[in-house]
Amino acid sequence: MNIKTRIAKDRIQLWTVCFFAALTAVPLLAIIGEVVIKGFGQISWSFLTEPTPTAYKAMKAVQAGEPIPGGIANGIVGTLIMVGMAAIVAIPVGILCGAFLAENSKKRSAVIISFLTDLLQGTPSIIIGIITYIWVVVPMKGYSAIAGSGALFIMMLPLIIRSTEETLKILPTSLQEAGLALGANRASVMLRIQLPAAFGGIFKGVLLSISRVTGETAPLLFTALGCSFIRWSINKPISAVPLLIWEFFNDPHLQDLIWGASFFLLLFVLTLNLTAKYIAKKWNQ
Amino acid sequence: MESVKPILEFKNTCVSYTKQTMAVKYVSAAIERNTITSIMGPSGCGKSTLLRSVNLMHNLYSNIRVDGEILLNGENILDMEPIDVRRRVGMVFQRPVPFPTMSIADNVMAGYLLNNIHISKSEKAKTVEQCLRSVAMWDEVKDVLNKKGTFLSGGQQQRLCIARALAMKPDVLLMDEPTSALDPIATNHIEQLLLELQKEVTILIVTHNMGQAERISSHAMFMYLGELVEYGDTKKLFSQPADERTKAYLKGKIG
Ligand SMILES: Nc1ncnc2c1ncn2[C@@H]1O[C@H](COP(=O)(O)OP(=O)(O)OP(=O)(O)O)[C@@H](O)[C@H]1O
Ligand SMILES: [Mg+2]
Repeated sequence: MNIKTRIAKDRIQLWTVCFFAALTAVPLLAIIGEVVIKGFGQISWSFLTEPTPTAYKAMKAVQAGEPIPGGIANGIVGTLIMVGMAAIVAIPVGILCGAFLAENSKKRSAVIISFLTDLLQGTPSIIIGIITYIWVVVPMKGYSAIAGSGALFIMMLPLIIRSTEETLKILPTSLQEAGLALGANRASVMLRIQLPAAFGGIFKGVLLSISRVTGETAPLLFTALGCSFIRWSINKPISAVPLLIWEFFNDPHLQDLIWGASFFLLLFVLTLNLTAKYIAKKWNQ
Repeated sequence: MESVKPILEFKNTCVSYTKQTMAVKYVSAAIERNTITSIMGPSGCGKSTLLRSVNLMHNLYSNIRVDGEILLNGENILDMEPIDVRRRVGMVFQRPVPFPTMSIADNVMAGYLLNNIHISKSEKAKTVEQCLRSVAMWDEVKDVLNKKGTFLSGGQQQRLCIARALAMKPDVLLMDEPTSALDPIATNHIEQLLLELQKEVTILIVTHNMGQAERISSHAMFMYLGELVEYGDTKKLFSQPADERTKAYLKGKIG
């Protein structure tokens, strides 16, 4: 093959790669662009600190030619409460399960847990919502933040288990052996050497799982239901940012609020994702 | 026969990874206190396997069988609790493995931290200094004791690992090719160190480097296909090997 055809071939390859890269980048940038352009202007102090207005108030404002009053604070508070409660339980349970799987991959109990984890990870979120409805909402005789965080907990668990397990498994076995060779027991080596060494990967997994469930809507429809004012109690229906987006979409008077809420959610999730990447990189240096 | 009681004694020690084959076959040998014994032999002959049987590393894996006896001060290790054995028998691995999230000082004290052995602050500082001095590292790191051990050079890391093992005041120190990942200068450092250390601890060292075995060890073992072919005075083993296989290995014909 002579040099000219080789250069031509290289060119073609380069352009093909660029073309497909653009093909994936365009819709991505279009989505983010649209949300940012439409949502950025709506974000203000009152939007973040005031609850959703009633449809009547919103209608009046629109008729008077004023911007819609109020915001999404009820959703932000609900999201923080539910995601926070879910994380507090899912982080220790998930890390323990992940450590157990990494240590005992051949035991029958580990094979079963591993299978269940896969199953849970593959379960559509709407089904998790229905199951939580039957298990929590029905016996408690009402929608609540507890039920909502229960559904989110179930969704977070497999993500944390897997990321913990995988991070622990790529540590060199010599690290564990060196700890055990000093006369330590397995639990102590896991707690003081392996888990700290795996911290970067585990923390990344936790942040990604949080960002994943923060945007979940379906399981909350069956469990948290929604609430139009800021509420701090955990045994009553509660709102969440993705639930608000769904409500705004369904209410013609509130539709203008969709973009602000979407922008907030996107920003929150994106920040978590980027932080996770950054921390994992820092820790591994 | 000398009258001193051996600190460590293998009696028909066998190790097998699978039912069909033995990686170490009926090894018997007595090791004197405060000596350095080198274990030599071609790759795959069972050196690491024999070494790891002494601190019950094989107990970690359910498929591995160890038979026979290994006596530490007359007591059979195989009947003892692994945790007790490992506190009395330290180990240094081929590649240095400092604990990545611990500071240099904590790395030295890792045996205490991991086993929840509480000692006073001054006692701790003393042990850290003493152990780092005995690996000739104190002057290099005394100002960075709170930094992570992973920033050290390979040779320093390995010395840190030796200090970590020494901090537990073991009777026996097992070393599996501790210098094979190091350059000649760092290797020389560690060899000098071992010669000093044998006053305190009995050392069993696996090495592929015959020069190293000659330089530091008073006794040497030659293994071949899982058997202990020859064991005795290093000088004698090198100058007048009794077995044909040892002769061939020393001439570079096998291995
Ligand atoms: N985890 C294991 N599972 C099964 N077989 C093993 C295992 N480790 C070692 N073996 C086998 O046991 C024999 C002895 O291995 P060992 O690691 O003790 O050799 P070695 O003398 O240390 O070799 P090298 O000089 O290459 O380190 C080899 O045949 C090896 O294949
Ligand atoms: Mg080996």
